[in-house]
Amino acid sequence: MRLSYTKALNRALADELDTDPAVCVFGEDIGAGMAGPTLGLLDRFGSERIVDTPLSEQAFTAMAVGAALAGRRPVLEFQIPSLLFLVFEQLVNQAHKFSLMSGGQSGVPLTCLVPGSGSRSGWAGQHSDHPYSLFAHSGVKTVVPATPTDAYGLLRSAIQDPDPVVVFAPAAALPVRETVTWDLAPVPLGRARVHRAGTDVTLVAVGHLVHDALAVAEELAGEISVEVFDPRTLYPFDWAALGESLERTGRLVVIDDSNRSCGIGAEVLATAAEEFRLIAPPRRITRPDGTVLPFAPELDRALQPDREQLRHALRAVMK
Amino acid sequence: MTPGAPAGTAPADSAPADTAPVDTAPAGTAPDTSPADAPPAVAALDTPERRYRMLRLIRSFEERALGLVKSGVITGGIHPYIGQEAVAVGVCAALGPADRLASTHRGHGHVLARGLDPARMLAELAGRVGGSNRGRGGSMHAADLRLGILGANGIVGAGAPIAVGAAWADRQAGSDAVAVAFFGDGALNQGVLLESLNLAAMWRLPVLFVCENNGYATTLPAGTAVAGSAVGRAAAFGIPATEVDGMDTEAVRAAAEEAVARARNGGGPAFLECRTYRFEGHHTMERLMKLHYRTPEEVAAWRERDPLPRAAAAIGAGRAAALDAEVDARLAAAEEFALASPHPDPAGAADHLYASGLRPRAGAVA
Ligand SMILES: Cc1ncc(C[n+]2csc(CCOP(=O)(O)OP(=O)(O)O)c2C)c(N)n1
Ligand SMILES: [Mg+2]
Repeated sequence: MRLSYTKALNRALADELDTDPAVCVFGEDIGAGMAGPTLGLLDRFGSERIVDTPLSEQAFTAMAVGAALAGRRPVLEFQIPSLLFLVFEQLVNQAHKFSLMSGGQSGVPLTCLVPGSGSRSGWAGQHSDHPYSLFAHSGVKTVVPATPTDAYGLLRSAIQDPDPVVVFAPAAALPVRETVTWDLAPVPLGRARVHRAGTDVTLVAVGHLVHDALAVAEELAGEISVEVFDPRTLYPFDWAALGESLERTGRLVVIDDSNRSCGIGAEVLATAAEEFRLIAPPRRITRPDGTVLPFAPELDRALQPDREQLRHALRAVMK
Repeated sequence: MTPGAPAGTAPADSAPADTAPVDTAPAGTAPDTSPADAPPAVAALDTPERRYRMLRLIRSFEERALGLVKSGVITGGIHPYIGQEAVAVGVCAALGPADRLASTHRGHGHVLARGLDPARMLAELAGRVGGSNRGRGGSMHAADLRLGILGANGIVGAGAPIAVGAAWADRQAGSDAVAVAFFGDGALNQGVLLESLNLAAMWRLPVLFVCENNGYATTLPAGTAVAGSAVGRAAAFGIPATEVDGMDTEAVRAAAEEAVARARNGGGPAFLECRTYRFEGHHTMERLMKLHYRTPEEVAAWRERDPLPRAAAAIGAGRAAALDAEVDARLAAAEEFALASPHPDPAGAADHLYASGLRPRAGAVA
């Protein structure tokens, strides 16, 4: 079976809606399936569970908190990544804090899905953010699948999880297709995946950048043996798996579509420096500090991590 | 003298585009913050002919832009304003040079009606250095503070409180300027919009809230999204609220003039709900999707109410045809300017990030 990334999200939603009657979906234009992941769900599950909402993100996100406390498992679809800024209060201050503040009475099992995060080429400053590090920093469970099967499996686990989870589906990963010969299954949160084994450098790549990492690793295969490490879940991060990989390689490069300052790449470098043995100074490739992606395509591309920077960093840690 | 202007008055619109590129500083150097051209003038929309010409300018601009999206010159697509021109023109006709406006994701009509040079706007859509925002903003972020344009906006409802803040500051400064907030029916359900109505009403600020009710927020019909009514919401805050035919430029202008005059004289905010319709899809990407949220009959019925023929009839077919030709020539020149304007140098991608000139660290160590 050929599986597209968007179709994988669509199947994960359908399978969860099928198996758990508590699951429901809130979002804008989801009845029409405009963004892709909810295509056909309204016909199949009805408007009681596939709820087209007015443009009231703050209210419907907080509604999801209330519905979750009342026994439901809401999934929220956001049309653009920056809408997460709008609902940061509801996610971080309400959903995330409830478990502790209530003395452990309940988690808040809601899932946010952002199909098309990061640059969409030509959508400019307010539609091109990739704020996964903000959520990892806040301690909200944060997932960035790179492949269709991981998108399927991680979205299912996110919905089943008793806590809030934000799932970023990078715009640049949406065209990825995979030939699947096995049964699709949930992928546990907090578990990394090594896409390619190597002995010289551990290359941590996030989301769509996994595909760039694999391409560059292949290209440099005669020169450097690169292990491509996809954390899949950014919070909680699979530090044990990273430690094992670094045990083999002793060298670390991170490629991450966050702003540089306080991005997840910074956290990976800091933890590696504190806890693991590195035989060369690590490198990270990120967006610049404080990035606002400009509209013109050549400017938009210039501020995103690229393969040339990656080749350079891999060679630099080998020196 | 432009053919549309009555004898003895200045040309209705600003002079043809100054063709000097806005970006004069070499890329990667300190940001060039002073565009080389002279300050533009707000569009004069004081006669039916000038208003008709602006309606046509917006319509033809959008048609050209649609073509350039198709051919790939404009990336990312646009939210076409076609069908709603009477709202932008009617409202902007009521404004004075010191007034301000906050626009939306569907903002081309608003900024053109305020006087933004179509050549600069088209260059912006093409991502060129000659664009109004030096190619940094694109379709959803056109801004020109010299014209009081506080910016289009990618976030629904976000412009309204910005307009309220500008009105507050202008009043504090002793100015009698009025600020206009354009927004759609979808924005009526953003909390921040209702908060803005309250603040403007409580503090009697000179704000004109203009709701362009085109019946849909993307695929969602307003009838299934807005409880009560738009004007009812404004009235609940004690704001005078009027429903107007948004396909009739003169009706919009008359209502806006009354509201603006009252706001200017300390009478506080006003709210106009302009009933209108977008003839095209929500966004140019919609063509690639199979969406069935409106019937062809509904679209056809609204096309019958196209604001342009009505405005043309008022000035006579001959005058209208002459103005059409004038607009065509202006837009042909605008397109030529846009396509001749250079692409920005990637080395300057982070230029203008901070007004102080602060340079961010790069994303990778060289
Ligand atoms: C706060 C927010 N929610 C959602 C979106 C995505 N979006 C962009 S335009 C739009 C519909 C807006 O409808 P309306 O306000 O009626 O304006 P119209 O498009 O009809 O001009 C949506 C949902 C957004 N940009 N901002
Ligand atoms: Mg609308």
